[in-house]
Amino acid sequence: MKDLICIVCPKGCHLQVDEEHDYAVSGFGCPRGIAYGKAELTAPTRTITSTVRCRGGLYPRCPVKTSKPVPKASIPAVMEALNGVSLTAPVSLGQVVLADVAGTGADIQTTRSMQQR
Amino acid sequence: MYDCIVIGGGPAGLAAASAAWEQGLRKILLAERDVELGGILNQCIHNGFGLHYFKEELTGPEYAARFAEKLRETGVEVRMDTMVLDLKGAPGRREVHMVSRDKGYCIEEARSVILAMGCRERTRGAISIPGTRPAGVFTAGAAQRYVNMEGWLPGERIVILGSGDIGLIMARRLTLEGAKVLACVELMPYSGGLTRNIVQCLQDYNIPLYLSHTVTEIRGKDRVEQVVVSQVDGRRNPIPGTEMVFDCDTLLLSVGLIPENELSRQAGAEMDPRTNGPRVAENMESISLSGVFACGNVAHVHDLVDFVTEESLRAGAAAAHYVQSQGWESADGEGPVLPVQPGPGVSYVLPQAVRPAEMDKTCTLSFRVSQVFGPCKIILKAGEAQIASFPRERLAPGEMERIPLPKVLLERAQAQSVSVSVEEVSAQ
Amino acid sequence: MYDVLIIGCGVVGAATAFQLSKYQLKTAVLERENDVAMGTTKANSAILHAGYDPRPGTLMAKLNVRGAALAAELCSALDVPREQVGSLVLALSEEDLPKIQELYRRGIANGVPGVQLLSGEEAKAMEPNLAPEVCGALYAPTAAICSPWELCLALAETAVRNGVELHLETAVQGMQQTENGWTVQTNQGDFQAKYVINAAGTDAAAVHDMAAPHAFDIAPSSGQYWLLDKSEGDRVSHVIFQVPSAAGKGVLVAPTVHGNLIVGPDARATGPHDTSVTAAGLAYVQSCARRSVPSIDFRANIRNFAGVRAKSGEDFILQWADDVRGFLDLAGTASPGLTAATAIGEYAVELLQQDGLALQPKENFICARHRVRFKELPPEDRAALVQGNPAYGKVICRCETVTEGEILDALHGPIPPRSLDGVKRRTNAGMGRCQGGFCGPRVAELLHRELGIPLGEVLQDQAGSWLLRRETKGGAAHV
Repeated sequence: MKDLICIVCPKGCHLQVDEEHDYAVSGFGCPRGIAYGKAELTAPTRTITSTVRCRGGLYPRCPVKTSKPVPKASIPAVMEALNGVSLTAPVSLGQVVLADVAGTGADIQTTRSMQQR
Repeated sequence: MYDCIVIGGGPAGLAAASAAWEQGLRKILLAERDVELGGILNQCIHNGFGLHYFKEELTGPEYAARFAEKLRETGVEVRMDTMVLDLKGAPGRREVHMVSRDKGYCIEEARSVILAMGCRERTRGAISIPGTRPAGVFTAGAAQRYVNMEGWLPGERIVILGSGDIGLIMARRLTLEGAKVLACVELMPYSGGLTRNIVQCLQDYNIPLYLSHTVTEIRGKDRVEQVVVSQVDGRRNPIPGTEMVFDCDTLLLSVGLIPENELSRQAGAEMDPRTNGPRVAENMESISLSGVFACGNVAHVHDLVDFVTEESLRAGAAAAHYVQSQGWESADGEGPVLPVQPGPGVSYVLPQAVRPAEMDKTCTLSFRVSQVFGPCKIILKAGEAQIASFPRERLAPGEMERIPLPKVLLERAQAQSVSVSVEEVSAQ
Repeated sequence: MYDVLIIGCGVVGAATAFQLSKYQLKTAVLERENDVAMGTTKANSAILHAGYDPRPGTLMAKLNVRGAALAAELCSALDVPREQVGSLVLALSEEDLPKIQELYRRGIANGVPGVQLLSGEEAKAMEPNLAPEVCGALYAPTAAICSPWELCLALAETAVRNGVELHLETAVQGMQQTENGWTVQTNQGDFQAKYVINAAGTDAAAVHDMAAPHAFDIAPSSGQYWLLDKSEGDRVSHVIFQVPSAAGKGVLVAPTVHGNLIVGPDARATGPHDTSVTAAGLAYVQSCARRSVPSIDFRANIRNFAGVRAKSGEDFILQWADDVRGFLDLAGTASPGLTAATAIGEYAVELLQQDGLALQPKENFICARHRVRFKELPPEDRAALVQGNPAYGKVICRCETVTEGEILDALHGPIPPRSLDGVKRRTNAGMGRCQGGFCGPRVAELLHRELGIPLGEVLQDQAGSWLLRRETKGGAAHV
């Protein structure tokens, strides 16, 4: 049995996951907790939020996120890949700035629009 | 003369202004001191916003953009880069003093005003950390702005004091950007932030959390060179002999937020020393200033923007109702005003008063507990009589709790006051 | 070849430079730090004392009383915040009564205007928040509060506008007597001058020893303070002292010209630059202050700080160094050094004149200064100001309502600031309850934009106090 805290929503349910019985999850408040509990012990993933450089915009950095959760182990590779991205304002919200980042299958997309300075 | 002036274009002001528009007001002015709408959400680039309100997970800027977009579809007049400096006048004719580069110094009149100025961070002074006063001591929010918007890392080796959500989020953020976060230090025996942030911001990156510890000395002449961390006893006094020294160049403080209410105080709003915000009634209207409403972090500090939105939508709608029913004409105090008080185990409750005559079917009471509770029940009383109870598995001061207050139960009880308390439930 | 070189640009050095700038002389001030007012001048009680403390007949007594009057004139002429709030020295027990009577006699002997002994009831009628134990008080109506760093800055700026050279980041490393004066070595090269004036504050003994045989010691004494939010600013309306002891004037409680409440100091022997605060010292100050004013709410604290006082003997050391020619010490200027500073400057000029320095008054001497203080203006004036220059319509510091226009004025003033705290001392931006949390990044941006300081080189305060480490994402180099 493994104790986990569900991070799917701010409620923070205390989960128990039984590794020996097909990762059966108890203590969840909603079905998302079941999926999280199992995934966390088999193939944990996270959505990454960060920034990329942006020229000529209101601010010199534009916030971005992965379009879906990526394997935890890929986080350093994703961050490294972001260093190579440089946008030029104007930028629109949801624009894909890097496809299939670090081979994860997820895209990097902007999370705000950036007007020109 | 405006129907409504909204002070602040963060999540609270945006929601309040759109609600006032939706409820039929047409002359609305929103004054925002920054160069864009969205307030602090613009620097909160992490996700986790909107799960309650939009039923999906958004980042701060995305959440802000949805409301800014919604506001653009209305006829609300928005003045950016505009600082409100004074609030004067009388019920039905409030005067809002504001200044901007474009329009200069203006005094605008309004039937109603919505205070949505948000909050600020507590600083080193508020907690009197001994030692030297070098550069490199930042509030977590200031560091967040430097990293996420300006693209600058404040330091390489970082200690974070306080485990509020902004501190936890910054621990992860700084780590991802290549800094070494050595420790997160929390005075209390429990974290001030959401449990999921402990997991995904600290545990994911093996950042140690020291509960019941505090920073007892800052060292370094020009820039932070070391901080000393000590364990504290049950009365939060440092225990000699427990000192740990961290070699670091930066200390981030995430030691609490204070509603920004200088304007409210100047205007003469009666304040609640527990929330540091104006005392408000069930419709978020100031108890002492007719037609002045407060919502979001100016009223009390929230953990979740979703609840800010919900509260502000109510405030905006209430302001519209006030204007449409010419609330300034009716004498104050039609019908009883019942104070709502925090009982044992509760540090504050909002609203601070309810007027049954003005209430909808139910009113949401928001509160925080004063300590961590395991299995427990929330007890709602009218006068001395219990009118409802709500079981909970766990309550913590870091997580705001909300319960409904049904009008019908209140009327039936015919009491003079309402209180909320929390009791531990003994294990079977 | 300079006529006069002044070492140190705290308030004493600045006041001396100001007095000298009235005459046709070539004068320079050498300051080790990147700004003026960086030592004791920026960290003290901010009081212009009435002058009843010093023993009659001392230089300290004479220059305190003269300085109080002169500071009043100059604060008015040079637009420095000063309020003559008056002071009360409390007798908290019967034992204290003879002590305030002694201070009263000194006040009379020193020529302090209007000193008066009050009963406990009279004192409490003037200050309702005093402790019930108060059984008498000495009232001095001429005591005032001021902004000490702005006084220093105003004197230095005016001196600069009148032709004095100010060399910042110029540390004196040694000096030699020459045939007709002095050669002073610094990290910025050598300076030649007929006269050298030592106004080096807590380092005055060390600077003296570079020039002449050891003559005095400075015993640096640190004093810790609480600075409380404006919500506590009207807790008292006068400067409230307790009876002094050998260690100093004791813990005072006073309003500040910025609307806050200041509480302190203690007294602790320390190094010349040790401005750290300790939990024990702060607790001591708290408990002492509560004896005077029990109701102070210390939860409203916005900042703790400590200043180091350049204490020497019982009197100031304002004299020519022995065994050399033309080296004047202005040392041991601990309290009431701030009050006396302007008079010390005047006295230094007298000594130079007696020594034969010819003083030709300048015809076009400027004795005026004006600073825009948006926050203090009525709505009509604010409107007119923004109309004339839209930069006054952009509020940068929310807590203190400081506009971009005021910051630009400072950045392009006679002594441009080089750090966030330099801007703070000139404009109040960052001085309020959020302590620069919000406006810090914006002021840094202005330092970058207006003075061309790269963001990564913007300082919090003194050299070495860097603010930001490096750019994220590998910085602009990758772009």
